[in-house]
Amino acid sequence: MGGIAVNKTLKRYSGVLIVAIAFVAFVLVFPVWRDKALSSIVFQAKTMLFVIPPIFILLGLLDVWVPRQRMIKYMGAGAGVKGPLLAFLLGSFAAGPLYGAFPFAAILMKKGASFMNIMIFIGAWSTTKIPMLLFEIAALGPRFALSRLAIDIAGIIIIGFAIKAMLPKKEIERLYAEAALTD
Amino acid sequence: MDTVMLYLIAGAALAVSLVKDRSKTLMALKKAVKALEGILPQFLVVLALVAVTLAVLNTETISLFLGSGSGFWGVLAASLVGAITLIPGFVAFPAAAALLAGGAGATQIAAFVSSLMMVGIVTLPMEMKYFGKRAAIIRNALAFLFSLVAAVFVGWVVSL
Repeated sequence: MGGIAVNKTLKRYSGVLIVAIAFVAFVLVFPVWRDKALSSIVFQAKTMLFVIPPIFILLGLLDVWVPRQRMIKYMGAGAGVKGPLLAFLLGSFAAGPLYGAFPFAAILMKKGASFMNIMIFIGAWSTTKIPMLLFEIAALGPRFALSRLAIDIAGIIIIGFAIKAMLPKKEIERLYAEAALTD
Repeated sequence: MDTVMLYLIAGAALAVSLVKDRSKTLMALKKAVKALEGILPQFLVVLALVAVTLAVLNTETISLFLGSGSGFWGVLAASLVGAITLIPGFVAFPAAAALLAGGAGATQIAAFVSSLMMVGIVTLPMEMKYFGKRAAIIRNALAFLFSLVAAVFVGWVVSL
């Protein structure tokens, strides 16, 4: 039993091992980039360690407190306009980099949100976050920021439909089945 | 700034949950730890990828890409740089603003900003873990193509 568990862990982390070796090799082979690579790995690790805990606490709470029926009612396939609207709001009020959105989306999937709404949530998280938008307006001007926002909102919806159309139904079912297994 | 907000929201939600139901809260925290451990391998891989790309593509190199080429190839290069890099908005926007002030085209800057936000090549291992290879690759490819469209649109609006 113990051996199997250790093997499983090793297998899961095999990619990490390979990348770690490649990283060390990179640093040794290209001394020019050594300092920059080392300082940026420390900086990125700090950012990730800082941003990730609240996101995972929120998704744990979401998982425990929001019943599946309620999620289906508000964000399921039959939820109507309020589904995508809610997905947009959830994503836009989120904070943190896009990789924080993926585990969150998995919980939404597990709870029965529709695939289209999940794609909208991911899209909104990536491009329509409100604090970032305010910052973008200040830095690049309202004309730039607001026209980018407008076209990206259209893009999020178009991309959502396109992914749904291009992805086989079976694959979507498989993703939902996998999300349902997480606890 | 938005990280502080994130902590406030998570803290408040946790407090409310604790008052309402202790054991449920404990379960939520257990789930949080388990979910985090589940993604940890992909996470560490992404960390190394980001470090290497940022070492090679530093601010000066990015500026070079965004500032130099004009026309279609310039926009494509800007989009590619945005797709590969993973830098937070509070770093990217001031840099983009400086480039814009320095004479870079709005179309290039828009291509960079749009693909920086929507496309994540280095975070693909994490995205694939939850969405599978197919969906993740399709989403990133479409988002990349779309960032070119968005760039043309933003460039046009800014030039009006």
